[in-house]
Amino acid sequence: MDSDLTHAMIRFGFGPLTGTVPATASARDWLRNQLRGPDPFLADPRSAGLPSGADALAARRDDVLTRKRILATGKPLKGNFKPVSRAMFLRDAQAQVDWALSTKAPFRERLVWFWANHFTTSIQQGGVAPLVGPFMREAIRPHVTGNFTTMVLAAERHPAMLLYLANAFSVGPGSRAGIRTHRGLNENLGRECMELHTVSLRAHYTQADVTNMAKLLTGWSIDPKAQPTGFKFRPMAHEPGSQIVLGRRFPPGEAGGIEALRFLSTHPTTYRALAHKLAWHFIADYPPQSAVDHLADVLTGTGGDLGATSIALISLKAAWTPLTKIKTPFDYVVSLARASGMAQPPVGLMLGSLRKLGQPLWAAPLPNGWSDHGSDWTGSDAVLARVDFAYTIAGRHDGAAPMDVAQSALGPLLQPATATAIATAGSPREALAMLFAAPEFQRR
Amino acid sequence: MTLALTRRASLLGLATIAAAGRARVALAAAPTDQRFVVVLLRGALDGMAAVVPYGDANLIRLRAPLVPDQAQLLDLGGFFAFHPALNNLHALYRANQVLPVHAIAGSYRTRSHFEAQDYLQTGIDHAGITSGWLNRLVGELPAGGVAGRGLAVGMGVPLLLRGSTRIASYAPAGFAKPSPDLYAQIAALNRPDPVFGPAIADGLRAARFDHAALAIPDDTTGTLKADAADETTPTHGYGFPALAHAAGRLLASTGGPRIAAFQLEGWDTHANQMNLLHAPLADLDTGIASLRTALGPAWASTTVLVITEFGRTARINGTHGTDHGTATVAFLAGGNVAGGKVRANWPGLAATQLFENRDLAPTADIRSLAKGVIQAQFGLDEASLARIFPDSTAAPAMAGLLRV
Repeated sequence: MDSDLTHAMIRFGFGPLTGTVPATASARDWLRNQLRGPDPFLADPRSAGLPSGADALAARRDDVLTRKRILATGKPLKGNFKPVSRAMFLRDAQAQVDWALSTKAPFRERLVWFWANHFTTSIQQGGVAPLVGPFMREAIRPHVTGNFTTMVLAAERHPAMLLYLANAFSVGPGSRAGIRTHRGLNENLGRECMELHTVSLRAHYTQADVTNMAKLLTGWSIDPKAQPTGFKFRPMAHEPGSQIVLGRRFPPGEAGGIEALRFLSTHPTTYRALAHKLAWHFIADYPPQSAVDHLADVLTGTGGDLGATSIALISLKAAWTPLTKIKTPFDYVVSLARASGMAQPPVGLMLGSLRKLGQPLWAAPLPNGWSDHGSDWTGSDAVLARVDFAYTIAGRHDGAAPMDVAQSALGPLLQPATATAIATAGSPREALAMLFAAPEFQRR
Repeated sequence: MTLALTRRASLLGLATIAAAGRARVALAAAPTDQRFVVVLLRGALDGMAAVVPYGDANLIRLRAPLVPDQAQLLDLGGFFAFHPALNNLHALYRANQVLPVHAIAGSYRTRSHFEAQDYLQTGIDHAGITSGWLNRLVGELPAGGVAGRGLAVGMGVPLLLRGSTRIASYAPAGFAKPSPDLYAQIAALNRPDPVFGPAIADGLRAARFDHAALAIPDDTTGTLKADAADETTPTHGYGFPALAHAAGRLLASTGGPRIAAFQLEGWDTHANQMNLLHAPLADLDTGIASLRTALGPAWASTTVLVITEFGRTARINGTHGTDHGTATVAFLAGGNVAGGKVRANWPGLAATQLFENRDLAPTADIRSLAKGVIQAQFGLDEASLARIFPDSTAAPAMAGLLRV
């Protein structure tokens, strides 16, 4: 196989899908074509019937009521309580992981997971489990080739984010609800949308900027009846008066928060931070400064066009240097499943494996998401767990000859030592374990 | 002591160091039965929820809904009290083996979790250092990194333990295990690789040791088996109590690691704090009790340091939680800890006494606490301390932390 195409499939995708070869003459064309049109998952039958954000909010509310009702009857929860929201989480997880395993547009899919990690929402906090799937489909997927500001607005207004970063119940102390209930601000979303999602600490904002941003976002709340996402602005909870953030004055009302996010999402330090993060993710843990500068220039020049920036990314010379990034557990599990030709592995196996490898699905421990540094994933025990995982999955494979799997997975990147190890292995399972534990299979 | 170390050392491929004459002298000079465990609470523990300053008249004014009933509080001598979830720590406190240090913070004031966590782990209040102070401590121990070899518990090595000294890690298994022969072939295939070569080699050596120390039968059949548990082993595999129990047994074993680090999440309580903080505090409490059980007699020579990146706002916020603040509480626990009291230069909670009219004001530096405890535990001199915590002259080592 063409070595540029193999390189593109591994660096920008989740590795080749066994038994399929992209019909294209050029690796760059293959990547570029994936950025055209809407996200293909949203039109795929596998996404049909998945809940909207509002549906998930309703299920979450109903589960609380059911739980109370069972407890009130004195029955134990175990065996009697089957949370609908948990089933929703599993169904969405299954559908979106399956999609990553089988997609013919893996570059676009990598971008989806990249941006979902940038705007981390996590089932670890806020009862967000059934909402992360809708968040991916409603706030991230539609915008990965669109405008960054649009994505910021979709992400910060989604109930998954509003619950995860606890803005949904934040109340302006001077608002009518605030005066009546003596409730007040929660500054979590105000802070993290600046630190993590937009301007970053490089903008040198102050505590007053954080508090004021939190005030602008008061009233950004949730309602299970507000289809499709469940976002609802509650004017009663909104802090009256204009607020200054980073030296700019913004008016009160829902529009004030939107205007502030527009300002933050187009700030020069935002573009620099995004450029660095993209180059870091796709090129190297310490990407060349020229690559970062170029991406920042494209973001600035296009006013945050993520499609144009993604094309700029694959046009960089640095994007075609040898693969040095260590796959995260998610990338490793997905690429291994794609290479091994497991059709629809059970969702339990995928979720359990990700947890054991240290990256449980949609469950980052903190709002800065999963690390993109190789050193965070290569502790001796973590690496040994990958070896054991490789061996476990190799035991489920009963198809093509291991050498064919190796050639399909790595093409010209297959190293002679690995090829020899596969050729002389004692069994097909051992041969596949060697392939999946080989150093060149661990990188992207 | 050298003999005692040899097994672990040879398992770790370090037999030549242990057998060398100079190392023998160094080992003899080193108090190698000392154990040191750091528990990082990631997400900023509210110090005033864990160790409640109920004697401060302003506390109720600031956060009445976050203060448990007096009847539930576990008193610490008339001004402070433990959160009701900290039963085991309270019993240890009454045995003079727990020392809470209150109103403490790093030198960092910007309230970003992520910068603060980096500074807490590197021990430096600026960027650009990529090794952790606990790794540097291992490097400073007289045994040259053999006796003091560090252990990261749970998947992944925290920044605190990263650096030039190689560190083992332990996490419970859960996948099928290749045969020893296949492991060896995979190790050989990876040997030339600068990242995966050393990691796999270290992992295999440590796993062999860990299996022996934890009495896990070596599994070469490819089927899954649970840890061979004694009755006191907590059963849920990845929680802090289970990991602490396994780590305790490794730390207690002859020639095992002497330094370990954990990271625990669940402390970022922006909303509904009263309900949400109970479980992580109970987990911390049970985990330390479980560590103590597993250490057995070695608890007498163990010190556990519990730290978090910063505290939370003194006032309750609008959603019955607290936002990012400054000073918080840290704990020492262990057989030698000079506990049974709360160490605090209490700044007070009047509006004028709060830091930026918002947070508990810091009156102690976490680096002083860390320096004080490792100095007392390992007998390190000032030069060693300065290498472990560069640029920390403003934070001199605290005295009187251990009964040694």
